[in-house]
Amino acid sequence: MSAKSETKHALALVDPAILSQAAVDAVKKLSPTQLMRNPVIFVTEVVACLATVLFLRDLVGGTGQAWFSGQISAWLWFTVLFATFAESIAEGRGKAQAATLRATRSDTVAKRLTGGTDKRTGKAGYDLVQAIELKLGDVVLVEAGDLIPSDGDIVEGVASVNESAITGESAPVIREAGGDRSAVTGGTTVLSDWIKVRITAQAGETFIDRMIRLVEGAERQKTPNELALSVLLTGLTLIFLIAVVTLYGIADYSGTMVPVVVLVSLLVTLIPTTIGGLLSAIGIAGMDRLIRFNVLATSGRAVEAAGDVDTLLLDKTGTITFGNRMASEFVALPGVEPRRMAEAALLASLADETPEGRSIVALAKGDYRLPEPELAARNATNIPFTAQTRISGIDVDDRQVRKGAVDSVLRFVGLTPDQVPHEFKTAVERISRTGGTPLAVAENGALLGVIHLKDVVKPGIRERFAALRAMGIKTVMITGDNPLTAAAIATEAGVDDFLAEATPEDKLKFIRREQTGGRLVAMCGDGTNDAPALAQADVGVAMQTGTQAAREAGNMVDLDSDPTKLIEIVEIGKQLLMTRGALTTFSIANDVAKYFAILPALFVATYPELTALNVMHLASPQSAILSAVIFNALIIIALIPLALKGVKYRAVGAAALLSRNLVLYGLGGIIAPFIGIKLIDLAVAALHLA
Amino acid sequence: MTFNGWLQIGLVVGLVLITARPLGLYMAAVFEGRRTLLTPVLGPVEHGFYWLSGVKPDKEQGWLGYTLAMLVFSALGFVSLYAILRTQAYLPLNPQGFDNVPPDLAFNTAISFLTNTNWQAYSGETTMSHFTQMAGLAVHNFLSAATGIALAIAVTRAFARASASTLGNFWVDLTRTTLYVLIPLSIVVAILLIVSGVPQTLLASVDATTLDGAKQTIALGPMAGQEAIKQLGTNGGGFFNANSAHPFENPNALSNVLQIWSMLAISAALLVTFGKMVGSVRQGWALLASVGVILIAGIAVVYWQESAGNPILTSLGVDPSVGNMEGKEIRFGQALSAMFAAVTTGLSCGAVNTMHDSLTPLGGLVPLFLIQLGEVLPGGVGSGLYGLIVFAILAVFIAGLMVGRTPEFLGKKIEAREIKLAMLAVLILPLAILGFTSVAAVLPSALTSLANNGPHGLSEILYAYSSATGNNGSAFAGLSANTPWWNTTLGIAMVMGRFGYVVPVMAIAGSIVTKKRAAASAGTFPTDRALFVGLLIGVILIVGGLQFFPALALGPIVEHFLMLSAKTF
Repeated sequence: MSAKSETKHALALVDPAILSQAAVDAVKKLSPTQLMRNPVIFVTEVVACLATVLFLRDLVGGTGQAWFSGQISAWLWFTVLFATFAESIAEGRGKAQAATLRATRSDTVAKRLTGGTDKRTGKAGYDLVQAIELKLGDVVLVEAGDLIPSDGDIVEGVASVNESAITGESAPVIREAGGDRSAVTGGTTVLSDWIKVRITAQAGETFIDRMIRLVEGAERQKTPNELALSVLLTGLTLIFLIAVVTLYGIADYSGTMVPVVVLVSLLVTLIPTTIGGLLSAIGIAGMDRLIRFNVLATSGRAVEAAGDVDTLLLDKTGTITFGNRMASEFVALPGVEPRRMAEAALLASLADETPEGRSIVALAKGDYRLPEPELAARNATNIPFTAQTRISGIDVDDRQVRKGAVDSVLRFVGLTPDQVPHEFKTAVERISRTGGTPLAVAENGALLGVIHLKDVVKPGIRERFAALRAMGIKTVMITGDNPLTAAAIATEAGVDDFLAEATPEDKLKFIRREQTGGRLVAMCGDGTNDAPALAQADVGVAMQTGTQAAREAGNMVDLDSDPTKLIEIVEIGKQLLMTRGALTTFSIANDVAKYFAILPALFVATYPELTALNVMHLASPQSAILSAVIFNALIIIALIPLALKGVKYRAVGAAALLSRNLVLYGLGGIIAPFIGIKLIDLAVAALHLA
Repeated sequence: MTFNGWLQIGLVVGLVLITARPLGLYMAAVFEGRRTLLTPVLGPVEHGFYWLSGVKPDKEQGWLGYTLAMLVFSALGFVSLYAILRTQAYLPLNPQGFDNVPPDLAFNTAISFLTNTNWQAYSGETTMSHFTQMAGLAVHNFLSAATGIALAIAVTRAFARASASTLGNFWVDLTRTTLYVLIPLSIVVAILLIVSGVPQTLLASVDATTLDGAKQTIALGPMAGQEAIKQLGTNGGGFFNANSAHPFENPNALSNVLQIWSMLAISAALLVTFGKMVGSVRQGWALLASVGVILIAGIAVVYWQESAGNPILTSLGVDPSVGNMEGKEIRFGQALSAMFAAVTTGLSCGAVNTMHDSLTPLGGLVPLFLIQLGEVLPGGVGSGLYGLIVFAILAVFIAGLMVGRTPEFLGKKIEAREIKLAMLAVLILPLAILGFTSVAAVLPSALTSLANNGPHGLSEILYAYSSATGNNGSAFAGLSANTPWWNTTLGIAMVMGRFGYVVPVMAIAGSIVTKKRAAASAGTFPTDRALFVGLLIGVILIVGGLQFFPALALGPIVEHFLMLSAKTF
């Protein structure tokens, strides 16, 4: 996670403003119509109402039980409140971000082109309209200092655009008509020049609008796995409802009249309130983690799918390698002085502003300690690179220095391939074989040597792929390089497989093949020709800098346009699922201890012998029941941080991960409540609460 | 507990494990339609049946078609058995001249044999004619077992196939189970039982003169054959009321070992069959290991409690060294009686060689609890397997999330639909067991059937409904269950436990079979290792058992503490 994105949207876990807002929202969420969505907590609320009625009856009737039933009903209400509070906190962070975004969506005035020409200025004529009135297909003019009124594609012009409203990155980016950099986003500002934009989004459906809805959670629906988990929790609630309701008759047979308020306590402690109360908070927090990480997922389903990904398709350029080849060595032919070869390479690259050219200059100046050549006084002409000649260089006085693709330079010096010196051939072959690109250098018709341009693999990427492999994820490198080059880089980077000379159709075919084999595929892309593959992939991450088509085909958009993030996205997905599993296991395992607290208390009046089951030696039956209910409520609060932060993810195999988590949350879930209930009982007894 | 006792238990466990693999692989071959040793003999018979009944063996059914075929078959079975019971007085082979069976008992008995429960609210030797025993009850001993196995095979195919829509043909599976599995095995076991001294005759009874000179009529009948399928098909309905404690049904230690083995043999082997058919025999062993651990722990508790004896009796001067021998047969001893009790309840068999009502409180808790866990240890033939699959699905779903992937079992994603149906199935058990128990516990007309008051009385009620719902059929004998209330409600509980459970399970199978299979990787939760075994045990105990804890606390658990403090009711 880059430091930039961390600080940008960083909101502390316990931001006081969010907490106080969450407290208010938590009370609002008590409305039964809202709680119906969460059956476990809904049952708890119904039961809390019942307990309150019983408390009032005790109070009026003076049964002497009012103090006890009052406390029980208070804690039952707390249980419900803590659950709604957890959800409110999780939502609160999104709401704060949405407010910031909304501020950028001010009432923009757009210059809609009329199609005619302004007679006064001779420029294209336009009407001033409200951004909200723009329709699909309208073309607007945006000039320096203007806010881009809506999402669209540039049809004409080039401009630098400040997109910090969306990405948080203040450095301007270049947007121009045609190609893969033609999409602009409403709410961003043109800094220089002008562009004509064809509107591609209707009012209220722009990227920023969607983003606001996403971070606010307004469109939040239960994701498939969340839905399945809710069903499980509802089922467990029903099972325990049966167990508690039937206990009435069974206890009656045994000569015990169990007070309803006690049965109600037993029910609430047994049903999975912990995970039930935290479930939606976990989901929201997972989405929130992605957003803080500057990735927008269009659905929660995509986040879950990210956890399931089996195959990662990664573009070589920019993800695995730095994206530009760099000069790593100069190979001089026999009889050529190495310094002379380096000097020629330096001269030929002086005017070359490409990263490759700059790296040649840097290598010559660095390793060969060559000084900056004095050209000012001399008669120098730069020969720029063209697609036809495929060579570039310089003419200085009577020297003609050139560098370029091997065959082009050979043509320049007038050699046929069989006339080439043997040493030259071997050098070229060696460089190609190891994934590099050879550039030949020549001067005045004489071949001097070869520059070795190398794709530099990012440091640390190998380790990350090893970690992915341990997680069971296969990495596949996609490259336009020939198979030989691709294989060399694949070996160096440690990817499992590669797709060389990949066309968009190849990518699509590859994804389909993986999916037929039962594997889920994630990829990222930015170009229009990536769109079909992005749509086919189970997790498609489009770059914010990419085309509109790509951004719509993917199910996530990376605002930082950093393809390496795919790896973190997978981790966030896994973390989300793991947190759910951990808290479910914990919640269910808790029941063992709760039985040992409540059951002896329930029946000890009829069968004093059942004291033997009171293994925690709780002070009195009432204190035992109260302690279990209090523990059950407090554990929700105690686990909110874990629900929001997520269970720690380690890149190890499933078996190792599971055994660790089973011990922590399964065994821990059995043991923790024994300790917790005992401590609460000590406090309850000391304070004479029961 | 003695070393010798454990050696006997170990011997039987070993026998089961030795036979599980070959038998399991044989069954896999049968159900995959491959050629087996018996094909030359039975193949023509099998196809003859299809020809006669117009079944097209290649025409497979989807889950609904399969389930409906099973339900129609069961309904017809119920009607025919009910009719035999109600008219046996007019039917042949009734040498003792028994009367027609009354409607409520006929209803209960027909349901009981149909659902592989074999709860018997009557004494066989004084109620049922030979014709009823053979053409009615024995037939259903085969058919109910075959139905269970067929269903389990259909569920197995759901995991064995990917992106498919059909689960097999019910009639074919039913025919193959009966022809290739149940009949051959029954013949072998019956012969072995005859060798060990079990009678097989059409004589009604013999008259004997006792040493005191009294005249005695000793009931006889075609026992060995019925005994074989009673055990093999985990039916448990005995020829005699005393069931496998009767010296004709189970004369000696050898026949006892054979009986325990035959209870376990098919259910254990079916787990191997499952593994083989889904492509990993190891998966089958992992399932077997999970249930084996719980079952052996159950045997150990019964054995331990029964050997420890009853302190109340000890204080009255009874020698504690032999343990609690009430309700047990000297010829079987503590170890194999304990094992029989745990196995027959872990297995949904319900045959008994020991009176469970006479077990010590905790010794009696074990059979009760093992039934309540859902009869999956390893459960009735077939029903145990599909019950266990439900638990495996839940285990994978609950804990599988902790590996950071949406849960999958054998490559099939477990989603909301499967969980909904699995919970629906699991819900049936507490609903029927606790629901009926709660009503019966406060209903005066139901309580008159109890032989005991206090917690033991509650145990008897709880045991009856657990046994019926779990399709076990054994009883805490203190309950006189042949009354309209008990016959009717227990009958309903049996229907709920069998069909209320299996219909959702078949719907799961229908959904699973259509899914494609996700490829396994290092990130997949491995379900064939010790970790999964432990997890499955935990889920069976917590999800399957925890809800019964309050009821158990008021029954056998409190009874145990009362016994320790020398209180009786």
